Amino acid sequence: MQEQELFAKMSHTILKGEIEEAGELARKAVEMKIDPIVAVNNGYTKGLDEVGRLFRTGEYFLPDLVAAGEAMKHALDVFDPFLKSRKTEKKLMGTVVLGTVEGDFHDIGKGIVGSMLVAAGFEVIDLGVNVSAQKFLNAVKELKPDILGMSALLTTTMPNQKKVIELLEEAQERQNVKVMVGGAAVTNKWAMEISADAYGEDAMAAVTVSEQFAATSVKNQANLTPTINRIRM
Amino acid sequence: MNLKRNIRSIQPKLKMDVLSPDDIAKIHEAALEIMEDVGVRFPSEKALNILEQAGAQIDRSRMIAKIPSTVVMDAIDKAPAHYTLAGRDMSNDLALDGKHCYLSTDGCGIEVYDLETGIKRSSSKKDIEDSALITDYQDCIAFYWGPMVSAQDVPAEVRPLHELEAAFTHTTKHIQPETIITEPIAKYAIEMGAAIVGGIQELRRHPIFSVMQCSTDPLGQDKGSLEASLVSAEAGVPTGFMPMPMSCATAPATLAGNLVITTVDSLSPLVLIQIAHPGAPVFFAAAPTAMDLRTGGYTGGGPEDHLMAIAFNQICAFYNIPLSMGAYATGAKEPDWQAAVDNSFAGLMPVLSHTALLTGVGLLYGSQILSYQQMIMDCEIYDIIKKLAEGIEVNEETLAVDVIKRVGVGGNFLAEKHTRKHMHNIWQPVVFDRTPYDAWEAGGKKGAYSKATAKAKWILANHKPTPLESALQKELKRIIRAAEKELIR
Ligand code: B1M
Repeated sequence: MQEQELFAKMSHTILKGEIEEAGELARKAVEMKIDPIVAVNNGYTKGLDEVGRLFRTGEYFLPDLVAAGEAMKHALDVFDPFLKSRKTEKKLMGTVVLGTVEGDFHDIGKGIVGSMLVAAGFEVIDLGVNVSAQKFLNAVKELKPDILGMSALLTTTMPNQKKVIELLEEAQERQNVKVMVGGAAVTNKWAMEISADAYGEDAMAAVTVSEQFAATSVKNQANLTPTINRIRM
Repeated sequence: MNLKRNIRSIQPKLKMDVLSPDDIAKIHEAALEIMEDVGVRFPSEKALNILEQAGAQIDRSRMIAKIPSTVVMDAIDKAPAHYTLAGRDMSNDLALDGKHCYLSTDGCGIEVYDLETGIKRSSSKKDIEDSALITDYQDCIAFYWGPMVSAQDVPAEVRPLHELEAAFTHTTKHIQPETIITEPIAKYAIEMGAAIVGGIQELRRHPIFSVMQCSTDPLGQDKGSLEASLVSAEAGVPTGFMPMPMSCATAPATLAGNLVITTVDSLSPLVLIQIAHPGAPVFFAAAPTAMDLRTGGYTGGGPEDHLMAIAFNQICAFYNIPLSMGAYATGAKEPDWQAAVDNSFAGLMPVLSHTALLTGVGLLYGSQILSYQQMIMDCEIYDIIKKLAEGIEVNEETLAVDVIKRVGVGGNFLAEKHTRKHMHNIWQPVVFDRTPYDAWEAGGKKGAYSKATAKAKWILANHKPTPLESALQKELKRIIRAAEKELIR
């Protein structure tokens, strides 16, 4: 297969949300010794751009977007070891640790936010639902993410977002991570009250603020690898 | 002044089906297959032990129970088809007899359009008192569900008990909280209920509250909810589980597939309850919907919801267990055209399929914002639906042949005795605006919303529900204090 043909196919797998195929083509690229960054930029990202355009014009729906994100993730997983070995540690927009707070089992919104962040080029580590403050803290310590995202849908579990922030402060980890909060019950006012860095009213907003964090992040500026174009809504 | 009126339930004559018996059988079989092959997550050791003893195959590490169809059917056969949801005032008892439909409030909102200022604000315990008081007055509303909003001004650990207190003291109608979701809270709630009716045995005979849980779709339940329902069922307090599968997100995109998830998630916990406490009063509940394809939001309204409302009631009738269906509950942000369209359909469809319990009126934005005006206007929608569903009675008296002969060609029926006898059956609006144009303009162009505002204010100012004896009020407070001591760390 020609390189150009492979790139076109990569783009197509994203466009059609063909998750397995996206991974296979990435393995093919590795075999063909194609630079992963080039494959991502000339292949998959083209598909993502098109998906973004189709979503904007109303032809694509959220499930198309989520499937595109999943396909992208699959491809990136294949490239991951190669990118790491080249010491391009911060290859992406940044890392986001995501979870729904303790006592709360709502995960649809968090899942959508996660997929959109993946589609936007972030590495997302999803801790799941009912995540304790301690578990969030441990994840921040161990994974050193750029952004910590907490979802809460219940007025009874919102205070747990505050608890996590306090714990981060106690452990002197607060300054190392941007905290984003969201979920049906959460408001901008609440986010300010608990000194979160950002509030995401919906998944689009969550992506936008994360991108702003990425743009201003020192870690990222020091990084010479190209960033991946994002889906723009 | 106590302005109490009798509850206006609906005895529908009109009947609408969307599934054939064959369709119902297919969905039933698919649900059994899923429960047996894939299983359902019951993240409670207690629940898993009960299911295991009955013959379910348990995966302890994933807390999943695979339940053979024979176990499901044996258990479900034990559930009563009919029973009563009691009111603090016995004239407010609701007979779940397969013939009546009863309306409730919607529940667990988090914000309120303030009745005085019109501004959106956080909900508090006072809003529960006010909305329970309006419920007590409105003859359309048969029971108080939710509570309508969360009492965010009291400690979260004991919030459900404060909410229950506010409801018990402001209405004598049946109360069905959706917030009794841990075993300790359930025990205190039972203590409160028992105190009011005069003991735990009396509560069994006269359950003045029942408990609604949420399922964790797809194919899952919540630990606290399961354990709370087990202790409730043991005390004879009716309990049910409400899945809200969203097609495309927590259920397949197809409605039949969604109905399979709805059936499994609503049925499987009832199997558990019947194994543990055979014959305990239980109900089905559901609020299936489709995801909004652009935002991923819970739509709360839309043709899919209405179809599934009818379909799921047919499925519940097949199991012969009453259903509580998510009705009304518009996705609109204000009491506007969208809210009216949504709630007219969402109210009508479950009634046309003879659903026992309809939850419920008064919240906007996918059950998040309370509007007192919407509460009143939803009652009006219900009133129209009642008239519709009760159909047309045809007999000698209603055919009125004698009267027609007497009036004859070109006359009118205004002064006829027959007219005065039957005119009260003609639907009369409370908030619909039917004033002549000029009068409407001169009166400041006031429509339904203004009338609903005035009506809500009037009820709050004038209606005084039968108070709970002061000794009992004190007892409720004592129970809450004891709960605070135990549960607030
Ligand atoms: C990190 O940065 C970010 C940034 C942005 C972020 C973000 C994080 N997280 C979210 N966002 C934002 O982006 C997303 C995409 O645009 C958005 O996410 P959302 O999650 O808001 O939106 C989703 C895409 C779609 N929306 C949803 O998925 C939630 C819809 C509603 C109807 C809802 C659902 C579906 C469910 N529920 Co629940 N539920 C309700 C909800 C009412 C509502 N209209 O929101 C709400 C939140 N629930 C409520 C309740 C009471 C409960 N629920 C419960 C259970 C459930 C189900 C399991 C049945 C189900 C969840 C299924 C699941 N797998 O998630 C129970 C609690 C269980 C628990 N411990 O968590 C239970 C307690 C009911 C019970 N008795 O068991 C109410 C809360 C009241 C309160 N006082 O807070 C409620 C408002 C509905 C109601 N009125 O009853 C944004 O908020």
